[in-house]
Amino acid sequence: MSDHEYTPKSKVGKWFNDRLPLLTLANHLTEYPTPKNLNYWWTFGGILTFCLITQIITGIVLGMHYVAHADLAFQSVEHIMRDVNYGWLIRYVHANGASMFFLAVYIHIFRSLYYGSYKSPREVIWIIGMLIYFLMMATAFMGYVLPWGQMSFWGATVITNLFSAIPLVGESITNWLWGGYSVDNPTLTRFFSLHYLFPFLILGLVVLHIWALHVPGNNNPIGIDIKKPSKDTVPFHPYIVIKDAFALLIFLLIFAFFVFFSPNILGHADNYIEANPLVTPAHIVPEWYLLPFYAILRSVPDKLLGVIAMFAAIFVLVILPWLDTSKVRSTVFRPIYKQFYWFLVADVLILGYVGAMPAEGIYLLIARVATAYYFAHFLIILPFLGFKEKTTPLPLSITEPILGGSPDIVMARNNSNFKEKL
Amino acid sequence: MSDSEKKKPNRRDFILTATTAAGAVGVGAVVWPLVDQMNPDASVKALASTEVDISAVEPGQSITVLWRGKPVFIKRRTTEEIESARAVDLSELKHPEKDEDRAKNPEWLVMLGVCTHLGCVPLTDKGDYGAWFCPCHGSHYDTSGRIRKGPAPTNMEVPKYEFVNSNTIKIG
Amino acid sequence: MRKLIKLSFFFILVSSLFFTKANAAGEQHDLLEVDWSFKSFFGKFDRASLQRGYQVYTEVCASCHSLKHLSYRNLAEKGGPEFTELEAKAIASNFEVIDGPNSDGEMFERPAKLSDKFVMPYANVQEAIAANGGAYPPDMSVLVKARKGGADYIYSVLMGYDEPPAGMELDDGVYYNKYMYGNKIKMSSPLDDDIVEYSDGTKATVDQMARDVTTFLQWTAEPHLETRHKLGFRVILYLSVLTILVYFSMKKIWSRIETEV
Repeated sequence: MSDHEYTPKSKVGKWFNDRLPLLTLANHLTEYPTPKNLNYWWTFGGILTFCLITQIITGIVLGMHYVAHADLAFQSVEHIMRDVNYGWLIRYVHANGASMFFLAVYIHIFRSLYYGSYKSPREVIWIIGMLIYFLMMATAFMGYVLPWGQMSFWGATVITNLFSAIPLVGESITNWLWGGYSVDNPTLTRFFSLHYLFPFLILGLVVLHIWALHVPGNNNPIGIDIKKPSKDTVPFHPYIVIKDAFALLIFLLIFAFFVFFSPNILGHADNYIEANPLVTPAHIVPEWYLLPFYAILRSVPDKLLGVIAMFAAIFVLVILPWLDTSKVRSTVFRPIYKQFYWFLVADVLILGYVGAMPAEGIYLLIARVATAYYFAHFLIILPFLGFKEKTTPLPLSITEPILGGSPDIVMARNNSNFKEKL
Repeated sequence: MSDSEKKKPNRRDFILTATTAAGAVGVGAVVWPLVDQMNPDASVKALASTEVDISAVEPGQSITVLWRGKPVFIKRRTTEEIESARAVDLSELKHPEKDEDRAKNPEWLVMLGVCTHLGCVPLTDKGDYGAWFCPCHGSHYDTSGRIRKGPAPTNMEVPKYEFVNSNTIKIG
Repeated sequence: MRKLIKLSFFFILVSSLFFTKANAAGEQHDLLEVDWSFKSFFGKFDRASLQRGYQVYTEVCASCHSLKHLSYRNLAEKGGPEFTELEAKAIASNFEVIDGPNSDGEMFERPAKLSDKFVMPYANVQEAIAANGGAYPPDMSVLVKARKGGADYIYSVLMGYDEPPAGMELDDGVYYNKYMYGNKIKMSSPLDDDIVEYSDGTKATVDQMARDVTTFLQWTAEPHLETRHKLGFRVILYLSVLTILVYFSMKKIWSRIETEV
């Protein structure tokens, strides 16, 4: 992994390192050459690691008090909120933490889309990332079922019913998922078990994600290959560590605001009503982070095709490295793609918005157009653009003058990109 | 080297130290809720007392009730048992306590039925002293519940209790 | 620093998006807005209002609505109505709970203790539905959190009884309410002037009782609200200081190389 041989200074250190090279690993992580022009959009990797660890720790704690039983789950959550020492704090951190986790992961993904981080030689990092994202959605969905409120119950009913769209075996599969003929206690207990397991799978994938990252090294805002280590790089510690810490603290301030002053604003009021299999709430909507996919699902009038479209929306992201034919990574040098990038951002936000609205009239029409555009972006625009687009000249390195310009121009370009983003 | 450049490292050191210290305080503060959540919660603490009807207990008999998840022995002692407990010379005891202090009303001995060795429940009317004997590791207790022989370090614990009336004991 | 400002601006933009989404679906009538004492960052409960609200709950609501997640001890806990422990014990002893089995294997009734949960008006949901003409009077423990609009919604519904608009047909046992979802409610207007007598001399108008009982229900839904606000303020303060420290540390460290952070 490391580019140079590392020998611990102390004798004990050397003895240990010869047997288990943990010190070599630690040295690699601290010395890891990182492009020095990484902007704040690159701090979300660290923020996401923090989110995962927070969710795991608070989750383990909640698991000590929660009772996974249809008759007791709601009551046990209220017990946590009322009686357990700091139980309210730990639960609110866990519940809002899920939202913060997704907020960070979306920024992370869109950063990758903007700077072309998914392109060669980083395809495997991207695919592992997509697996993590998929597991995150599954974990969040099952976690939302655990309080056994109305939204838990009906959300579980609706999502598990997706599988009934599969021809011939659909019903058998849903019955298998439920462990019965509807969402009930067996469903709850298995969701609890899997909700506990999945985060550790995610943790394993995160290790692979970082490992795969450390092979080619970080991409950077101008997207060119750089020599490592060189004048273009800085050691990960302390430069990147302190910058990540600063960004994390800003993130934590927002997180704390939600937890302490608006802990329920991201949830649905209906989930404070105990699950009732006889009454469906008037509006069933998933958590905000699943809304775009929900909109895609509802925009297709056929049950099976709707489900296929929804899963295809994720799968199309997995094969993205081969759909984008452009060799240039950073959008900074792709003037036409830059516009389509922002169209895509707007498209996903629109999908999220109509996903929260009733599936009728104008909303349904908007959802259909937005769904069509979503697939067109990945399947038509990206492959063609790679051949047609005339990109602007790339600099030779981060520090050295670029063709017909100075590094300051690159800096200025990056800054102007931020303005456009806002 | 100019004056400002000389001062630079000092100031940097101060800021870095202050930052590290402040960060460490924060980490410490985060750990506390995670530890405290495992302490007895408000609903557990509220279940502090229990009332026991003892009208049906004959002399020489003992009953066992559950309090805070632990067995409590309530023994109505016979005159001989009281006398044998009170006759013991305190210097013989590993954990010297007067029987008068352990049983305010000499007829009634109320104590946690938990061996002070490793938490097993001793058997009643067994052992070398005809009182309690812990089968786990062989601790013998006398008719006052005091440790006389075996590995247990202290006498069986007497909880806080009071007689609400002549037929009812309130433990806790 | 410029980037920092932009970044935080982006966050505000994203979070404001959530807020507008949360409020997007409108009610038929805008809810009455009350300037609750517990609303702001430093918000606390009005202790006297909580105690009066408890009185309204017991004398008016409790005959149909349960508070099954609360225990009598909560009434004496910090951050709530803060009755004294003796008062809370006296309140509890007014209720009979079923305990047992005793040594004869029989269940028996005894006065409630602080550790007991609030006694429910009905034994089960079915009995509650049967006794109320087919409508289940919801448990009130977390009612404020279970309704969009929260405390304002509860207050509005209590104040929203009115003559139905012309042309609206109402079945027997169904009442018109301006703010209720669908405008039809199966609970008749529960409050009338002076149906309770406040011991602190406050005049028991419908508006006053609605405010008091809503405040009480906000507390039952969020018993740790005051602690949350207090701790939240400290956490935000701490994080702000640390952020500033880390910012200057970062400036220092990056000044070793000539690159803008």
